[in-house]
Amino acid sequence: MVNSIKKAAEKVYLILVLLLLYIPIALLIISSFNASERNKAVWGGFTLKAYTELVQDEIVMSALYNTLLLAGGASLIATILGTLVCIGMINMKKHSKSLIMGITQIPLLNSDIVTGISLMLLFTRFADLSFATMLVAHVTFIIPYVVLSVQPKVLQLNLSTYEAALDLGASHLYAMWKVIIPEIMPGILSGFLLAFTMSLDDFSVTYFTKAPGLNTMSTMINAEYRKGIQTEIYALSTIVFIIVLFVLFIINRRSEKLYKQREESGVAL
Amino acid sequence: MHKYSLIIKAVSVLTTAALLFSSCGRSAGEKAENQIVVFNYGDYIDRDILKQFEKETGIKVVYEEFLTPEAMYTKYKNGTVRYDLICCSDYMLDKMIKEKETREIDYSVMEHISNIDSTYWKISENFDTEHKYTVPYFWGTVGILYNTTIVDGVPGSWSDLWDSKYKNNIIMQNSVRDSFIPPLILNGCSINTTDEKSLRKALEDLKKQKSLVQSYLVDEVRDDMVNEQAAMAVIYSGEASLATEYNEDLAYVVPKEGSNVWMDSWVIPDSAGNYDGAVKFLDFLCRTDIAEKNFEYVYYSTPNKSVLDNIDEEEKEEDTAIFPDEDVLERCEMFTYLGPEAEELYNRLWKELKVY
Amino acid sequence: MKRLGSRLLAGPYLIWMVLFTIIPLCLILYNAFTTFEGRFTISNVTAITDYVNAKPLLLSLNMSLVVTLICFLLSFPLALVLSKYSKNKNSVIVMVFILPMWMNFMLRTLAWRLILLNNGFLNKGLGIFGFNPVYLMNTKAAVILGTAYDYFPFMLLPIYNALVKIDKDVINAAKDLGATSFIILKRIMLPLSLPGIVSGITMVFVPSMSEFVIADMLGGNKVYLIGNVIEQAFNSGYADVHLGSGLSLSLMGLIIISMAIYKFFDKGEGGHGIW
Repeated sequence: MVNSIKKAAEKVYLILVLLLLYIPIALLIISSFNASERNKAVWGGFTLKAYTELVQDEIVMSALYNTLLLAGGASLIATILGTLVCIGMINMKKHSKSLIMGITQIPLLNSDIVTGISLMLLFTRFADLSFATMLVAHVTFIIPYVVLSVQPKVLQLNLSTYEAALDLGASHLYAMWKVIIPEIMPGILSGFLLAFTMSLDDFSVTYFTKAPGLNTMSTMINAEYRKGIQTEIYALSTIVFIIVLFVLFIINRRSEKLYKQREESGVAL
Repeated sequence: MHKYSLIIKAVSVLTTAALLFSSCGRSAGEKAENQIVVFNYGDYIDRDILKQFEKETGIKVVYEEFLTPEAMYTKYKNGTVRYDLICCSDYMLDKMIKEKETREIDYSVMEHISNIDSTYWKISENFDTEHKYTVPYFWGTVGILYNTTIVDGVPGSWSDLWDSKYKNNIIMQNSVRDSFIPPLILNGCSINTTDEKSLRKALEDLKKQKSLVQSYLVDEVRDDMVNEQAAMAVIYSGEASLATEYNEDLAYVVPKEGSNVWMDSWVIPDSAGNYDGAVKFLDFLCRTDIAEKNFEYVYYSTPNKSVLDNIDEEEKEEDTAIFPDEDVLERCEMFTYLGPEAEELYNRLWKELKVY
Repeated sequence: MKRLGSRLLAGPYLIWMVLFTIIPLCLILYNAFTTFEGRFTISNVTAITDYVNAKPLLLSLNMSLVVTLICFLLSFPLALVLSKYSKNKNSVIVMVFILPMWMNFMLRTLAWRLILLNNGFLNKGLGIFGFNPVYLMNTKAAVILGTAYDYFPFMLLPIYNALVKIDKDVINAAKDLGATSFIILKRIMLPLSLPGIVSGITMVFVPSMSEFVIADMLGGNKVYLIGNVIEQAFNSGYADVHLGSGLSLSLMGLIIISMAIYKFFDKGEGGHGIW
């Protein structure tokens, strides 16, 4: 009896939080279909106009393109650098290791605004702002997430397989690519994804380091929402939501599969 | 496991390709010097014009926006971006010209410069004394936009912004010089005063008003008024005129005590890398068909004679916001640059208001 | 064997971090202690004691503590329930709760603007049921609400990840020995999930401490945080790079001190429980 009340209470709580989380998003999506030009809180009839406008809106579309390119490029670079350093740390002495991990913590503890400002100061002195500087800025603040995701996997590495591969005549590079990398792949992947998410979501760092005429989704929305109702932005939110759903669905299926495989083969995840 | 490396490979190939592609495109464009970087207020140009300019001249337009003159100046001074053209308001241009940050504009190569009416060149002399550095873009006044269904009568005085009846229903400008207009004028001071006592007194008034103010905004004011979020707002005439178009219940008034008349003009800053391109763009903006198109989009008071001549009298009479009567202009004063000391004082007072 | 993990592999990363993290920080340091003419000064750093800067700093501190508390109070019970229902950290039900994190930060904040505007969804909704409207827009409450919504997933995930790792046998053993739910919570769940809680708090507290754009979008510029002060010093208003750097330094100092207090509880695992 007590148990079933508890269970019900738990469910109610889950649902309440879910509602709280999704109502704002739902309202954004509903607004994109609202024909009312003035107040989106008043229903003015159903329309798909926002979507046709969205496709034609160069400002929004180029922001979307820049965001994806920036996030993709930055998280790729960050993943490579971050994975390399984690492998490099295997043979390091304890204090060099903790020095590197200490450096890794800096961007995490530096709030975005300080990271953005410090990079802006650097670029002001030594470079013109361009896509490249934005890329550098993004790599810099997402790298820690890669290191922190890959590092635990590297610590769990069983080095005897690697040694066996060497004994069987594999070169260091080959053995690393074939044995080590697959072993730590879950860490690399989740690091990449996390880095990608952080880059997609960023406003502050981009705001301070952005090149003229180049906008990411965040800076574009921040500039556009002020100018009156931009229904395209609401339409954009629907599309982002659908993409996110789709991507998460795929990741979920993959990791579930991976999880099962691992369970079966008895390897600890 | 194989699948993962495939995915990673695919992603890396794609991204590198895209990166290479975009960096090539950019560097090629920069090398050819075939682009201009334009810096302007938010939503202050018809973007189609930019495209048309690119098509006609082959010069790429990199377009960037700012919120307030102060923000523009900071970004410009940062030097991370080499702007070729900047559009800003009188007092900030005054400052830039005085600091020798602007380049002389060669009017002789501009075919359409004669479209700008002489009246506006005269007004420009307030900040461009030698008539060398600026090209007028739009001008207007500062006043009160109000919702006739909420406000009784006409808020014909700045003191109506202190009416506690409209608590939480007033929007003020989030721009330092503009926000000081109402209290300074009410206290009988010039809006260009540098007297600390008068400014302090104005600050005290603004502090008193803060509990009545719903928000301090810039570009969002128009939309919030159209959406009927507030009863009254301090606003630029051009924005007001657009707002009344979207919502018939709105009306604009320049308070009887007087106000600020402003002129937004283009300058070519010292940093400009493509001077010729910038001049070409200015000339393009003055061309009748372009100016007309731009006027219809921006809908601020234009200094372009050829555009003005094509507007029928009826429209001019109807829209008093962007076609104000002579007597309104007579009570208005233009901002001038106040010098670094006054600027610092303003900065301090502004912060004090913000934290109050 | 020695060659695996040749230390050289750390090279590119270290070069990157020195170039783009350490040197930029030195630039802030340099700017903070010099004047416009390049002379040494401490006035930029001591400026934080000036009330026009101190007040926003205290407000930021106050609000980010409230935000962190709200996030914690909401997500700890949620993580408890979720950890009961799922064993895999990528299971659907958990994904459902962190999905909003993937929506763009600006879109999430914009959504709250739609809700809180004076005649936005909230007041229209209240109107239908005959309630009086509430004016939350442009208040501290709106900014707190928006910030908490934005950072909620960053609290939930690490706590959840720490909770699923707890061996179910430990809990069962405790139950067998007659421990009540409260004792289990206090003696087992809380201590064992502490690393997750610490990193959750870091992930929420640090960014909300320096927040400026939510205050801008939901606060109508009436809520003036230290993030706004710093942003204005660099990007708008009457700029002063040196003052801005000095204030950034003070902000960093405050965050590091707060974190040092938390690190006291950290078992060396903080930070990476997020995914």
